[in-house]
Amino acid sequence: MRAMFAIARASFRSTTRSPSAVVFTLAFPLIFILVFGFIGNSGGVRVHIAVDNTSDTLNAIYKILDNNPAVKLYADSDSEIYRALKKGDLDAIVHIEKKDSGYVVKVATSDIAVQNGQLFKGIVKQIISEMNLRAMPNIALPFSLEDQPVIHGREYKTIDFILPGQLGFSLLSTGVFGTAFVFLNLRQTLVIKRFFATPIKRPFIVLGEAMSRIIFGLIGASFILTLGHFAFGFTMIHGIATFLTMMSLCAIGLIIFMGFGFVVSGLAKNESAVPPLANLITLPQFLLSGTFFSITNFPDWLQPICKLLPLTFLNDAMRKVSFEGAGFIDIWKDLGALGIWGIIVYALATKLFRWE
Amino acid sequence: MVGSKEIIKVQNLIKQYGDFTAVNGISFNVYEGEIFGLLGPNGAGKTTTLEIIETLREKSGGEVWVDGKSVDDDPNEIKKIIGVQLQAAGYYPSLNLTELLSLFSGLYNVDIDKMKSLKSVGLEDKAKSKYKELSGGQKQRFSIATTLINNPKIVFLDEPTTGLDPQARRNLWDLIRGIRDNGTTVVITTHYMDEAEQLCDRVGIMEAGKIMTLNTPDALIDELLSTGFTKQKDVKGANLEDVFINLTGHEWRDE
Repeated sequence: MRAMFAIARASFRSTTRSPSAVVFTLAFPLIFILVFGFIGNSGGVRVHIAVDNTSDTLNAIYKILDNNPAVKLYADSDSEIYRALKKGDLDAIVHIEKKDSGYVVKVATSDIAVQNGQLFKGIVKQIISEMNLRAMPNIALPFSLEDQPVIHGREYKTIDFILPGQLGFSLLSTGVFGTAFVFLNLRQTLVIKRFFATPIKRPFIVLGEAMSRIIFGLIGASFILTLGHFAFGFTMIHGIATFLTMMSLCAIGLIIFMGFGFVVSGLAKNESAVPPLANLITLPQFLLSGTFFSITNFPDWLQPICKLLPLTFLNDAMRKVSFEGAGFIDIWKDLGALGIWGIIVYALATKLFRWE
Repeated sequence: MVGSKEIIKVQNLIKQYGDFTAVNGISFNVYEGEIFGLLGPNGAGKTTTLEIIETLREKSGGEVWVDGKSVDDDPNEIKKIIGVQLQAAGYYPSLNLTELLSLFSGLYNVDIDKMKSLKSVGLEDKAKSKYKELSGGQKQRFSIATTLINNPKIVFLDEPTTGLDPQARRNLWDLIRGIRDNGTTVVITTHYMDEAEQLCDRVGIMEAGKIMTLNTPDALIDELLSTGFTKQKDVKGANLEDVFINLTGHEWRDE
């Protein structure tokens, strides 16, 4: 035990003195967060609305809304669209009900997207009055607008999306690059061999090294979270509790990503073989796991692949925890998926791991 | 000084890498308290033999006992009573010497006086220097300091003086003699015959995986002379190295 901690401490010191480790863990994600933090929310020209699932869609209003270029209609489950409305992803939710006297249109808006909500109500009012004018000869006022109480939401800022993604990616690169390089270096500088000549048992060498990487990664993560929160208003809904849940998530992610690092260090014959192999693992996830933008922006055929990547699960879980205040039970699906990845990766790593 | 107790026993040791036989059935003993030298050209199998005794490498055949313990049964017990210096580094380059000594005292689970340890190899003023900032001789001296942390019965030194200047070599010799005089058995490999002659109580000369001969340096020289061998050149009372040392002094350099 003491031997393991001795390795952990030595390895940690060694890591903090390696400029590349510090750059990968802290500087990269911070730069991205800075860039996106300052870009901030760019207001959309379009009004994003959804029609709830109990609505009647076989009416003229629905068709007009659907064809209006200023209105983008989304379809999803009711719970999903109300969540989106609270986050400000949607500006309004429309419910169209057919009644004996005609159609009643109800518009729900939130206090985040006040402007767009009002804009949309304006559009609907206009449509309704036009339609009523046209329908006048037959029935009196077949369409009416009913206001819904304004829903209280919290703004989902760019930083709330970007930071977990950057944090996830930082953990991925620390895990993969850091672990792969360190074990390759230890092999090449014969540090591991020198350890073998002492009474420490082999698994403890790996555990000691792993411990130091995890501690290093978590210090980086806590730094990113703290800076994001205080400098850019990153939302951690339950404060310190959310922070701790985030940190545990980071540890879980890091352990899985380190498994990839072990695989790479097992495959790579020398130092120059590490970057291509490590990039093969990190780059696709960097692009496809919702690090910069939501994976809903990708073509339909690509999305199922995106949704299987470990970083996607981690990013999703972190966003749910930080913004929606989800606990471990709420994100069991993501955790389970990460667990499966962990089993696959470590099975592979133990097969490929080389001491010399 | 040299006792008659066998602290290392090697019998019929064989090591094969695929078709290549690196060590081909060698047998020898090392006695407690001696400096034992394994000599031979590169690729003769010295390092392989050493690493098998150090329990760093599996053997293909034969038997090896260290202090009565078999390398097959008790590798961890053996590791506790030996100190190992590898041919090349083996330390985190960016840690300083104090930190590295903390690491190794942790690995052996012993508490040591780090300054005393550094002092014993003349590195007390380098305590806060990083390993990578040391010169070749300083690295070797530090490496020897780490082999002594667990107060071992045997230390193994694999080519400790390769690449060092004459002063550094001589100082290392003094250091190694001091270790033996404290009662620790030393097993050393080297390419330098003058070194073996000066330092080793007994030497074994290896070639192509076999031990060609084994005796005290004196006895081996006498053996050769008795066959009628004569040097081509008249031997002078001094050689060029003596000139060099005489001119440049004995003291340890900050290379």
